[in-house]
Amino acid sequence: MTLNCLKKRMLLSAAAIAVAMPLSAGHAQERDVKIAVSIPAATHGWTGGVVYHAEQAEKEVEAAFPNIDVIVSTASSASAQVSSLEDLSATQDLDALVILPFTSEELTGPVEQVKAKGTFVAVVDRGLTDPSVQDLYVAGDNIAVGANTATWLSEKLGGEGEIVVLRGIPTVIDDERIKGFSDVIAKSNIKILDIQYANWNQDEAFQLMQDYLAKYPKIDAVWANDDDMLLGVIEAVEQAGRSDIKYMLGGNGMKQVIEMVKEGDERTPISTPYPPSMIKSAVYMVAGQFNGQAPMRGSFLLDAPLITPENADQFYFPDSPF
Amino acid sequence: MTMTAVAPATPATGSRIRWADFAPFIALALIILIGTLINSNFASHANLMNVITRSAFVAIIAIGATFVIAAGGLDLSVGSMMAFVTGIMIMAMNGLAPAYGDWAIAMGAGVALVVGGLCGLFNGLIVTVGRIEPFIVTLGTMGIFRAFITFMTDGGSLPLDRSLRDAYRPVYFGSFFGIPYPVLITLVVVLLGAFLLYKTKYGRRVTSVGSNAEVARFSGVSVGRVRTLTYVIQGLCVAVAAICYVPRLGAATPTTGQLWELQVITAVVIGGTLLRGGKGRIWGTVAGALILEIIANVMVLSDLVSEYLVAAVQGAIIIIAMLAHRFTSSR
Repeated sequence: MTLNCLKKRMLLSAAAIAVAMPLSAGHAQERDVKIAVSIPAATHGWTGGVVYHAEQAEKEVEAAFPNIDVIVSTASSASAQVSSLEDLSATQDLDALVILPFTSEELTGPVEQVKAKGTFVAVVDRGLTDPSVQDLYVAGDNIAVGANTATWLSEKLGGEGEIVVLRGIPTVIDDERIKGFSDVIAKSNIKILDIQYANWNQDEAFQLMQDYLAKYPKIDAVWANDDDMLLGVIEAVEQAGRSDIKYMLGGNGMKQVIEMVKEGDERTPISTPYPPSMIKSAVYMVAGQFNGQAPMRGSFLLDAPLITPENADQFYFPDSPF
Repeated sequence: MTMTAVAPATPATGSRIRWADFAPFIALALIILIGTLINSNFASHANLMNVITRSAFVAIIAIGATFVIAAGGLDLSVGSMMAFVTGIMIMAMNGLAPAYGDWAIAMGAGVALVVGGLCGLFNGLIVTVGRIEPFIVTLGTMGIFRAFITFMTDGGSLPLDRSLRDAYRPVYFGSFFGIPYPVLITLVVVLLGAFLLYKTKYGRRVTSVGSNAEVARFSGVSVGRVRTLTYVIQGLCVAVAAICYVPRLGAATPTTGQLWELQVITAVVIGGTLLRGGKGRIWGTVAGALILEIIANVMVLSDLVSEYLVAAVQGAIIIIAMLAHRFTSSR
């Protein structure tokens, strides 16, 4: 008896935490346009930003358009996201779905089924395997994140030098960034000494950077592919007191790094945006689609311009967790 | 069933068992030798200090895990618990900083120890009073602690107040007569752990409960209390690790301590502690933690392996080490 009670209580408390956030969406009566937003749960900095901006978009869009109801739903894995999609479309009559898919392959089928009911589909960040499913596609440009950083770095180093690179989690996003970066670097005399995975994790980046520093007595620059990892890299370099490293660059536009850029940090003078707020762009555009006849079908690719001390303010969101 | 499992360990005594006890240290020496041959930078003072210092977290947590596992339990929640304790500690320090200045660090560390101990007690009581498999209990609390830290950080990061950074930094980066503080702290934890496990009545009860709970119960040992206490020890070790961890990056994130539970369990088992309980090897555990960290380090320093295959080689080395261990102990 007590055993069962305890088990139940544990399951309940775990379930309560998992369910608490998605259910926070408001339910007003006169709202007849339903927009569901399906996103990954906040498991690291970037997805934390996605959740924050989705919730902001919900508040703002609902305040601006009294007829629109936005429902935000987070999922902790691809299969959980499929389940939540099924639940959403079974229990509600959805006019639009804004989805940031966990993985392209697994989500394509389920999204197709939602679409078959006449729902307007907006896909964010990771494209589906069959692009004809989406009415609207909003994404950042990962190739440009890598390429723009590489162009800047190559210019600053005068086209030569020795650098090390930290990769994220083996995914399309990581592959594209690395490709964009190494294609540009290949055109210069800059040599990439080493390239290893640190899984977009600060701790792993710190350790990997320590190892790079031990392995190579001279490094001109580091590219961390992500600002979360960059913070780990900076700690390792500062601890070692290495003055040969001229630049330490990341990407993604994390607020701590934007702060460094704003202050004109010598070794981290730039970043590139891959803003989690792109989910917000998508929700706003879908809201436009259903109001005031602002047609929003097509693809919208966010640029990844360099964030410099001059324009850093535009990319700085102090209240966002990312 | 437990009886038959324990039986082979006892009759094979004599000089051979001592060989098996040294296996983790031989493996450690071998890996250090290979590292030195692969890259001359490996043996440099800076590199070795880095590797030893950063293995401190896993080593400290693994000391606690040695108790839990030796008593026949298991704790999968240590990585998440580390993150949770780190989060609470940072919040406490940030909250106390304006009023107490640098003393907030010591007070925050105290809070961490209390929270860690309580988390361990929670695990332990559910396992012993609730009589649920430790695997399931700690799998549950693993999710709970991880969700709490994610909630506390909003999925982003929870940074330590800037005013405390400079005072706190030396706890990870500083050193005493050339020995980094985390290494010294590990040494203290190891000595305390070894004393507790080998020299006290409680330590003997831990291994007897682990080798056969029924026999221990009949000989008057309070099995539940002994087991619960091992989880409290585990919680305290997690808190100590958190105290050393925070000054390194000065923040807690939802990925803090992710998958550390597996590293910890691997370190304990490589070190010669039996996963089914009944035998604990504190010094072996330390060797195990060092082996894991050095393998990762050597992988980066060598250019032999493609970046895509690093994890495969690490896995293979661990399996080979365990096989070698088995051969030296059974022949």
